[in-house]
Amino acid sequence: MLPYPLLSASLVIMWLALNGFTLGHLILGCIVAVFASWGMASLRPAKPRLRKWYLLPKLVGIVLYDIVRSNVAVASIILGGHRRQFKSGFITVPLDVESPMALAVLAVVVTSTPGTAWLEYNSLNRTVLIHVLDLVDEAEWQTLIKGRYEALLMEIFE
Amino acid sequence: MNIMDHAVDLPVWAALLVSFFLVVGSGLTLIGTIGFSRLPSFYERIHAPTLGTSWGTGGIVMASMIFFTVLATRPVIHEILIGIFVTVTTPVTLMLLARAALHRDRAEGNPDVLAEVSPDEPKRGPALGE
Repeated sequence: MLPYPLLSASLVIMWLALNGFTLGHLILGCIVAVFASWGMASLRPAKPRLRKWYLLPKLVGIVLYDIVRSNVAVASIILGGHRRQFKSGFITVPLDVESPMALAVLAVVVTSTPGTAWLEYNSLNRTVLIHVLDLVDEAEWQTLIKGRYEALLMEIFE
Repeated sequence: MNIMDHAVDLPVWAALLVSFFLVVGSGLTLIGTIGFSRLPSFYERIHAPTLGTSWGTGGIVMASMIFFTVLATRPVIHEILIGIFVTVTTPVTLMLLARAALHRDRAEGNPDVLAEVSPDEPKRGPALGE
């Protein structure tokens, strides 16, 4: 009946928080949660394993700081006027992470940091194609993504 | 309607904080849209709106959270959910658009893209053929 109890519970809580705590919404929320978890089960997602969950706040902190920093950098590039001193380009980064969950989190991190866009992951040779708005040194970006995010993600998920 | 009546009760420090985050958030979103219209190539343009989806949203959400927390009119869970969903769904649309553009550029043999991407093309070819 409930293949994902945690998912169903959080859906009910979210439904009640958004719509108000009434009996009607409790019943409606439960129906939605049951059907949503059936839908999720038919997708057969891999069970994510959190190995070192206590490192998650560290990752969130690093990412929030980097997002602020790159917001400023991209905003100054856009407002920099017609003199274009930046050069954008593609980089390929070889990745060691394999867990789909960790890859998804890495994609969210890279994308939500302005200035870098995760374009496509090649699962055959395990590389990711990233477009960088202000590409100064390709190796610098590779070490940033591998050292700063990937290492931490591997510790958390694999 | 009655939001403006409530705003009178807002203490000065909270009003300043709310305005600060609102101006930062909407300012970043505006800069993002300016960049969206001004940057020259497609792949450069996809970077600009991420200003709006990261701290643009973040600032506005933060302002809204402070406003309604100080006035204690309702729980602030809406804003947290908005923030999470905007962050999690942005990569999906971005990847759809970017991969469509990549596919078109590769099919057309666009030199800008192929020159950079070609190093992994030979490896991809035989692997796909197997």
